[in-house]
Amino acid sequence: MGYGKRVYLDNASTTPIAQDVLDKMFSYLKEVYGNPSSLHKEGRTAKKAVQKSRSNIASIIGCDTDEIIFTSGGTESDNLALIGLAEANRHKGKHIITSSIEHKAVLDSCKELEKRGFEVTYLGVDGDGLVSAENLESNLKKDTILVSIMYANNEIGSIQPIKKISKILKQSKTANPIFHSDACQACGALPIKVNDLGVDALTISSSKIYGPKGVGCVYISNRVKTAPIILGGGQEKGIRSGTENVASIVGFSKALSIANEKMEKMSVQQTKLRDYFISEIMKNITDVSVNGGIVYRLPNNINLSIKGVEGESLVLMLDDLGIACSTGSACSSIDLNPSHVLINIGVPLELAHCSVRFTIGRYTRKSDIDYALNQLIDCVRKIRSMSSVK
Amino acid sequence: MRQKNKEYVISKITTGKKCKNNSRIDGEDWVYSPEVREHFFYPKNILFDETGYKADGIGTVGSPECGDVINVWIKIDKMTERIKDCKWRTFGCASAIASASMMSQMALENGGMTLNEAKNLKPQQIIERLGGLPDRKFHCSVLSHKALRDAVLNYFEHYAK
Repeated sequence: MGYGKRVYLDNASTTPIAQDVLDKMFSYLKEVYGNPSSLHKEGRTAKKAVQKSRSNIASIIGCDTDEIIFTSGGTESDNLALIGLAEANRHKGKHIITSSIEHKAVLDSCKELEKRGFEVTYLGVDGDGLVSAENLESNLKKDTILVSIMYANNEIGSIQPIKKISKILKQSKTANPIFHSDACQACGALPIKVNDLGVDALTISSSKIYGPKGVGCVYISNRVKTAPIILGGGQEKGIRSGTENVASIVGFSKALSIANEKMEKMSVQQTKLRDYFISEIMKNITDVSVNGGIVYRLPNNINLSIKGVEGESLVLMLDDLGIACSTGSACSSIDLNPSHVLINIGVPLELAHCSVRFTIGRYTRKSDIDYALNQLIDCVRKIRSMSSVK
Repeated sequence: MRQKNKEYVISKITTGKKCKNNSRIDGEDWVYSPEVREHFFYPKNILFDETGYKADGIGTVGSPECGDVINVWIKIDKMTERIKDCKWRTFGCASAIASASMMSQMALENGGMTLNEAKNLKPQQIIERLGGLPDRKFHCSVLSHKALRDAVLNYFEHYAK
């Protein structure tokens, strides 16, 4: 293969920016520099761009324009949804339900809320990484004010029964909590009409859908109250202060339009590549297991444990050969603990250290998968030859 | 600024030689030091197959559950009481592999470590030779010096009679 060839298979971490998005953003970065809150022409032009983007996003997810709050991305959106919704509704109750495999942006918000006197139930998941809607129902209490269950998991791609959960919550005689879902990974792969899903709040990130980084939004229904977590100039209905990131918001809106248009085609294309990749790996490498189920799984997600092959070593070796992927191994994490998602779906510790995640993207070709496959086979052979675990 | 540029040049020279494809992209700015990089991609003294390898001492530390295991095999020159061969295999991250490789290199340098030196090898000595490790990775090299010590103790127990 050629010098410096790169095959990017870490699209769940973040995606490259689409050319059309970049083209659209340039003029806003350069020419539309006004503050949307200003009265003058520069300000009004910027405000118009933000409002146009807001209404485009609202029409794609099927909500009112003023139900979209722009943020700095998925983490802030999750923080706002959890902390903002809980704090604004604490007079109604103090119980929150979430799952044990949420993104840290949700889990750490829950930990913060526990410190503030809320009670949080962390639902376990089955071996496929799925939350049971019935289990969720049985955990509802009279004072349950908020439920947050991710649409699809970032590590193993498991797709949660969001519609089923929202139906249960609506029919519940015990409680009618606000329902939030983190759709950072699902967006672009699964339908995200909020009324079909039955959610009251939804997190979307631009950096996972070929848009710019540092921008995202949270849909929060007008039916529910939210408290701000960032205070200041009162932008975004006072829920999220700070001068709007105009060019990024425009780029995000464009990225969402493209992702929405391409969704079905991409799902088919990526599912084919995913299944091909997994079946070839199984044919060519021994002692491999797929982490998570295959039926309710994002089309782009491949998460494996390869016995005796520590994840960080494999990621760095593949990187040297031009392939970008990631691992749930402890060695690669900041806190030196293996992935909480893998542990919660029952992957033994030994195999959690041996996990590797490939996530296919819009620009991945079959030839990229073949290249990655060949390099993976070689790297596994090399690492196993020097491994203590046979 | 000047200092920074100098470091850039030095690391580029020391890592640039053997990097296959992507030295252009990340050769000068990897997750670990150039020495770790070298020992990770070109590990020295691996024992691929211990069948027929007549070790005088064997050491094993760590567990797969914890994410790090290292096996060490040593041969001893009984006249001089120095290590004359040191081989290893490891299950672990890049710094664990590099520290095992560096440990084996150190054990064999200058005519081989004396058993006393080997027994008393400090993790800090390995880390220094590796050009440093991130703080949270210190335990990886603690493992390889322990495995060497285990091998020496094993030699004393079973073979040095």
